[in-house]
Amino acid sequence: MALINSRTSNKPPASISQRARETSPHTLGQNSTQRVMALVIMATVPALVAQTIFFGWGTLINVIWCSLIAMGCEALVMTLRKRPVSFYLKDYSALVTGLLLGLALPPFAPFWISLVAVSFAMIIAKHLYGGLGQNPFNPAMVGYVLVLISFPQEMTSWLPPLGVEGYNNSLSDALFTIFPFGQGIEVDAISTATVLDVMRENKSLTMDELWAANPVFDGFAGRGWMWVNLAYLAGGVFLIWRKVFTWHAPVGMLAAIAVMAFLFWGGTGSDSHGSPVFHLLSGATMLGAFFIITDPVSGATSNRGRLIFGAGVGIMVYVIRAWGGYPDGVAFATLLMNMAAPTIDYYTQPRTYGHNKANKGLPGKD
Amino acid sequence: MNAVFNKTSNGIETTADVIASSERKIWPLVGGVHPEENKHQSTGRPIGFPPIPAQLVLPLSQHAGAPAEPLVSVGDSVLKGQMIARANGFVSAPIHAPTSGTVIAIENRRIPHVSGFSDLCVVLESDGDDRWCELTTVADYHALSPEDLVNKVRNAGISGLGGAGFPTAIKLAPSSPINTLILNGTECEPYITADDMLMRERAAAVIEGAEILLYMIGATECLIGIEDNKPEAITAMQQAAAGKNIHIVVFPTVYPSGGEKQLIQILTGQEVPSGKLPADLGIVVQNVGTAVAVKEAVLDGKPLISRITTLTGDALSAPQNVEALIGTPAADLLRHAELNDAQLSTLVFGGPMMGFGVDSLDIPVIKTTNCLIAGTHEEFPSAPDAQACIRCGHCAEACPSSLLPQQLYWHAKAENHEQLMHHNLFDCIECGACAFVCPSSIPLVQYYRASKGAIRTQEAKHAKAERSKVRYESRLARLEQDKAEKEAKRKANAERAAKLKATKATDQPADSKGEEDPIQAAIARAKARKAATAQRANNATSTLTTAKAELTSLQKELKIQLSMAKAQVKKTERALAAAESSGTGDTDQLTSNLAMLNEQVGKLQKEFDQSSLPNAQPEKPEKAVKPALSDDEKKRKVELAMAKAALKKAERALAAALEHDNETTESLQQAVAECQSKVNALAAIPEAQPEAQPEPKNDTGHPVAKKPKPVLSDAAKKLKIEVAMANAAVKKLQRAMANAGDDEQAELQQKLADAEQKAADAKQKLDAL
Repeated sequence: MALINSRTSNKPPASISQRARETSPHTLGQNSTQRVMALVIMATVPALVAQTIFFGWGTLINVIWCSLIAMGCEALVMTLRKRPVSFYLKDYSALVTGLLLGLALPPFAPFWISLVAVSFAMIIAKHLYGGLGQNPFNPAMVGYVLVLISFPQEMTSWLPPLGVEGYNNSLSDALFTIFPFGQGIEVDAISTATVLDVMRENKSLTMDELWAANPVFDGFAGRGWMWVNLAYLAGGVFLIWRKVFTWHAPVGMLAAIAVMAFLFWGGTGSDSHGSPVFHLLSGATMLGAFFIITDPVSGATSNRGRLIFGAGVGIMVYVIRAWGGYPDGVAFATLLMNMAAPTIDYYTQPRTYGHNKANKGLPGKD
Repeated sequence: MNAVFNKTSNGIETTADVIASSERKIWPLVGGVHPEENKHQSTGRPIGFPPIPAQLVLPLSQHAGAPAEPLVSVGDSVLKGQMIARANGFVSAPIHAPTSGTVIAIENRRIPHVSGFSDLCVVLESDGDDRWCELTTVADYHALSPEDLVNKVRNAGISGLGGAGFPTAIKLAPSSPINTLILNGTECEPYITADDMLMRERAAAVIEGAEILLYMIGATECLIGIEDNKPEAITAMQQAAAGKNIHIVVFPTVYPSGGEKQLIQILTGQEVPSGKLPADLGIVVQNVGTAVAVKEAVLDGKPLISRITTLTGDALSAPQNVEALIGTPAADLLRHAELNDAQLSTLVFGGPMMGFGVDSLDIPVIKTTNCLIAGTHEEFPSAPDAQACIRCGHCAEACPSSLLPQQLYWHAKAENHEQLMHHNLFDCIECGACAFVCPSSIPLVQYYRASKGAIRTQEAKHAKAERSKVRYESRLARLEQDKAEKEAKRKANAERAAKLKATKATDQPADSKGEEDPIQAAIARAKARKAATAQRANNATSTLTTAKAELTSLQKELKIQLSMAKAQVKKTERALAAAESSGTGDTDQLTSNLAMLNEQVGKLQKEFDQSSLPNAQPEKPEKAVKPALSDDEKKRKVELAMAKAALKKAERALAAALEHDNETTESLQQAVAECQSKVNALAAIPEAQPEAQPEPKNDTGHPVAKKPKPVLSDAAKKLKIEVAMANAAVKKLQRAMANAGDDEQAELQQKLADAEQKAADAKQKLDAL
């Protein structure tokens, strides 16, 4: 103890003076936006495969084409805004928007439909609002709704699924139908109504008759659609397991659809709206529940808020399907609930540690 | 969150075993994260004792609260354990010499603080002898009262060793009764193992400290909370606590379970209400290191001069825990742990989650320094550039306070303070869990700290503006009141006149009502006056004309005096307002001056009113009685007012002194008492004559003989006031002299002499009268 240190020069290495300005925490987790987006992309793979199998190569071509447009738009806007392009492309958020639109559009939709939808989604719905994190509406759904309203014929032309007459799995047919550089096919000639469409239009047949009469019905829901929906469900469960998002929004939406479908089921008669299982496994239910309404930017942000947000979407999806003017309503329902998200957030703050109750509403109004 | 995450690779005891061995119920932490622990690096070696450094730098502010006040000066020799700076106020702690040596400087040095600022430090050059001062040991602490023990803790300079550095003695003397003592052995931050090693090697001392603490605060149970990643410490503590009323509670490792509020939640299931203290729940939380420091202070008489500090990080070849003398520069300790200079890239004081980086190796270890991390670049890479917030909500999942960090971030960027408060920003404990999980690498905690600072600044400004507003409004109200009083007086006089006129008017035709036109009123007044003078002429011995002339001259003089006094009041008020708003100048002095002046104005006004009454009102004899009576009384009143002003001033001074905890309070208290007794004595003098007599309905019954008297007394009164004013001026000058510098003394002396002369003259005149 009696030893005294001889004082040596205490000159620190130059870098510690710079690093000293960094704020705590000094260590960060491994999570990154890039990783989150990459996991989302990975989780769509089963559905992409299923959709390609059941509806032909068009889906895959659309996904690639839409992704390219999305990245191009992102790069264009970032160049215009004089931001580092690669830094923003690397977060993969543009890729996700393009991918989801590619999955949502009809498989043989012409290239310009995709172009309009994706560029509107990226430039208007995302970047004009300030870019990633600032958009109040889900960009993919804005793009989808735009083309759905503008080009209803092209947007409702779904091809017959595998196992139904007219099913087309030719790569060149798909390629040249989407891009008119060669001999494509006449989509109108082979396109067929989706199960949701048939169910909505049905006035005379009982459920059993419907299933027997129309080959697009199979199992609990539509031929192919059921498997596509189950593939999205698998991808969604994977994402919840990897903690990319919480279960609240998807469960809220699926539960709401199931409850609504149960309440307004109407049995197996001709006035039936279809069983809960039919609705859960038809159309864009699972795509919406796990890949659309889980977009954190445009959704509600607290767990309770997400549950309410999801339930709102679910109720509206069913209302549109059962009584609305469109066979499916995920895009409209999502956009409508996007508008409600900030209000939901104000009323669903969690109770903070040490407080008796949660703050609600706007400041000074509670 | 009940899931158990066992990240220790020691494999000595499985987590399940450890948890099973503590039978108490535990509650899960809300949120939390699992950063890489990095604790094993520094637990391989026993607690080391580095050599005494050549120089120790002892910041005067090592604790929460007021900085200590140095008791030594440059050149003084001090012994180990000698108090070198005393606590300055209630929330403060003294500082002791960690070794014997010489004070070579008391100057600004870089201190370990997140600001990176310098602050006053006592710099001690050690002599190498390490000679202790005399220590008072206690064999049986039960022989002493808890209060005595708290004093021992206070004098030992113990402040929380966990990191916050709150003076321990204050927590040990809470206002509400305490049932539970919690010792915090959680140490949830990565890298830090100081408490772990302390519990492994000195478990008995921790338990002894716990028992002393229990005795001091009168708690019935003691819980020692330890995370399950410290199996050796848990075993050691359980052995030491065997057979005692002390429970070792083990719970799953998750950051930040060691936060005071979080630990209380885990161990008791209770939440500390926002804005309250654990003491309000009957709980006191102390760090295990603090318990050992308390034990040493009480039993061995040793002040807090050293602490266990973890030296770790990849830039050290021999990471370890050391018992470091407070004030040892980081460089000395890091060299002891074989620092590899070339690899050092980051030096963190504290843990990686809540610690702060420093840019100098000269910065010393203080009472709150539980860890030094000498990190390499690979170990602590620079934070990546922040990306946009996608509101993913991972931060909300991690937040132990159930806040919405994503919303707080949004509102912090918008500087929307209202929304930040609505989202309970101030319940954020700045643990950094949100920033740790943020996929966009946003430095969230920095936003919250900046916003908290901005809100505090704004609130301070608001409070200041509010004070000024209240002051201004009360001044307006005061002026308004003065005005209303004057108005009321004027009205009362007018009413009296009208009433009188009405009685007169009963003889006349009843056409004159309350609201005659001015001419008629003037005529009526003239008539009334005439009638009154006629009456007076009939009754009085003196002639009307002389009386009238005397009155008017007196009135004039009074009027001039009054306006002068009023001007002075205004001037003083202005000066006071200026002094108050600028915060400079002697506001007390001005306030007392103002009080005196107001007093004078009031008196002059009264006199003036009285002197003008005889002209307008026939009941003059009645009114005139008053001044005559109040000659003595007035003097007494002036004295009383002055004494009261003095009392107020003394009380104010005392209050200020008490607030700053000065040593002068005793003398001030005495002064107050004296003033008080003087005031009482003056107030006790029985009123020589009634202050005011009931308003007469009719003046005929009063003797007229008293009439000449007021004329005389008014003159006397004037003189009297002059005397009082002169005396006040003398006093003021005396005060000024007491405060003035040498160069001003002569001038003031002259002025004082003049004033005294003036006072004497006035007095003489008065006596002659």
